[in-house]
Amino acid sequence: MRSLILRTVAPLIVGLMVLFSIFVLLRGHNEPGGGFIGGLIAVAALSIYGIAFGVETVRRAIVFHPLSIAGAGLLLATLSGLLSMVFHVPFMTGLWVYPVILGEEVPLSSVMTFDIGVYLVVVGAVTSVALSLEERGED
Amino acid sequence: MAAVSSPPADLSAALVLQPVTALDWLVVLPVAWCIGIGAVLMMVRHRTFLQPLIAVAALGVLAGLDAALLWHVAQTGPVTMVMGRWLPPFGIAFTVDLMGALFALMAAVVALAGAVAAVTDINDSGRRYGFYPLLMLLMAGVSGAFLTGDVFNLYVWFEVLLISSFGLLVLGAEREQIDGAVKYGFLNLVATTLFLIATGYLYGIFGTLNMADIAAKAGPLRETAPLTTLIALFVFAFAMKAAAFPVNFWLPASYHTPRIVVSALFAGLLTKVGIYALIRVSVMLFPFERRELSLVIAVVGALTMITGALGALAQTDTRRLLGYLVISGIGSMLAGIALGGPGGIGGAVFYALHSMVVMTALYLAAGLAARFGGGFSLAALGGLYARHALFSALSLMLFFAVSGLPPFSGFWPKVMLVKAALDSGAWWLAAALLFTGFLTMIATGRLFLIAYWRPAGAPTLQVAVPATALLPLMALTAVSVLIGLFPETLLGLVQKAALTLDEPSAYLHSVFPAGSAP
Repeated sequence: MRSLILRTVAPLIVGLMVLFSIFVLLRGHNEPGGGFIGGLIAVAALSIYGIAFGVETVRRAIVFHPLSIAGAGLLLATLSGLLSMVFHVPFMTGLWVYPVILGEEVPLSSVMTFDIGVYLVVVGAVTSVALSLEERGED
Repeated sequence: MAAVSSPPADLSAALVLQPVTALDWLVVLPVAWCIGIGAVLMMVRHRTFLQPLIAVAALGVLAGLDAALLWHVAQTGPVTMVMGRWLPPFGIAFTVDLMGALFALMAAVVALAGAVAAVTDINDSGRRYGFYPLLMLLMAGVSGAFLTGDVFNLYVWFEVLLISSFGLLVLGAEREQIDGAVKYGFLNLVATTLFLIATGYLYGIFGTLNMADIAAKAGPLRETAPLTTLIALFVFAFAMKAAAFPVNFWLPASYHTPRIVVSALFAGLLTKVGIYALIRVSVMLFPFERRELSLVIAVVGALTMITGALGALAQTDTRRLLGYLVISGIGSMLAGIALGGPGGIGGAVFYALHSMVVMTALYLAAGLAARFGGGFSLAALGGLYARHALFSALSLMLFFAVSGLPPFSGFWPKVMLVKAALDSGAWWLAAALLFTGFLTMIATGRLFLIAYWRPAGAPTLQVAVPATALLPLMALTAVSVLIGLFPETLLGLVQKAALTLDEPSAYLHSVFPAGSAP
């Protein structure tokens, strides 16, 4: 879309939206949010980027093919579930570690990596759909 | 965000506390393995050379896992693992009994054969489109449906396999395929929606979705709750999935459109998932209601098998003909479900296992016949026997097997079903079974006469067929012959499976070792 205003503000909006999507993803463990909704916000950001600068720019910006991103997310989610095999507990049991980083205790868990996997699956799959729809619109 | 981690509440009362052994992991590994490999294949989608290598090896491993699971279940009885360590009925349980393990193993064998056959049938563009990742995800859905012990989870696996099957169905994106996919998709979504509505009612009545919990609680509720209505809804939804008589029109409208390997996999796997779910819900969860509905199911079964066989007689396209044979087989399984008891249910399970192998092999044979003879139309095919005698011999064995002639795999389930029908006095059902076998023999005999014995009309080019195309057909035929010649092991297993379904106390004990849920 040839709009100077959109092209000027798009990088700012997109950056903010991606940041916000990661915030929503991490917030999701105890409060509303999570991988699915965070992923959708990230897809909205990438779609705006695509509307402003064209689909090719987005494809270059995310480096990998959207479906490869989705595959990586699915693999990450599966491995998060399988991790509990090492600890002799059933599939998908939440496992926690509490490392102290810079004086702050940071709870990390396999639940979170599972959710990051969901985030990547949503980003990859829906971006793939959105980009091919935008591509149709261009020609 | 509070940085102080409060000491976690004591949850031990709600958790599984005994350590989980590696053998227990076999319950969930088939599904996790399929999803993980599907994800890897998605990431290497453009390495078209790597795709079949990974997929074939992975499906080989899957068959090994399922075989180990079957061995484990045969040794110890039903095995359970609950997701996320939460005690059932709150944690979602994967519970595997003999029937589930048998179906899962046979599905893996069929999928392995399909993946090998796809090496030559699916070209690079099909691979880039994602045939192998979709196949792995389809197997995740199919295995999940066979292994789960939770009704809503069963619905989720139905969705997984349905979505993957949409992708496989439109592989190639030809006009005819889109047409078939729309019919298939719409009618399957209707059936899935009915399944979901029935699941909602089930939850409304029982307040639980765990199968063992439902089976334990059905007794006292029988007086007050409309369980027969509920089970009728389930039966309708699953019968639609399985392509039973009045709601079978989606199958012949769509199964002839995709690539032949995809047709073969669908014929082997999808309708059998419907039959599996029907057996699981009607026989194990609601045995009394099944008895009340048995006449309806028996009539539907008889009509399905006879209309299927008559439909096969009328077709001129080999793929459509086989589609009607799939439907006809579903009728025999429904007859077994209607009859009940070890003979009937065991016969239905045995028939389903036989049908998985033989229908897949028949579709693969139709694909090879099209390569040798230049098409799927009976008018064009001819002279296959002169072209390739070994292939013709394999086809003839499969034709005998699907008609239920000894010494092939179709004979024993038919014997079990006919005996169960005669024992319960349903002579008309036994007659329908035998008459269907007769009609099927005529339909396949006609196919053999026209396509194999009739001299070729016009001399066609000699086609070189690589070993990978013939190998899966030979392997599946060998499985059918072996089952036919040495049926004792499988007969024992299916009868034991039917007994576990009839008297599910072992299943219940595996989910609730300390007695029933509160």
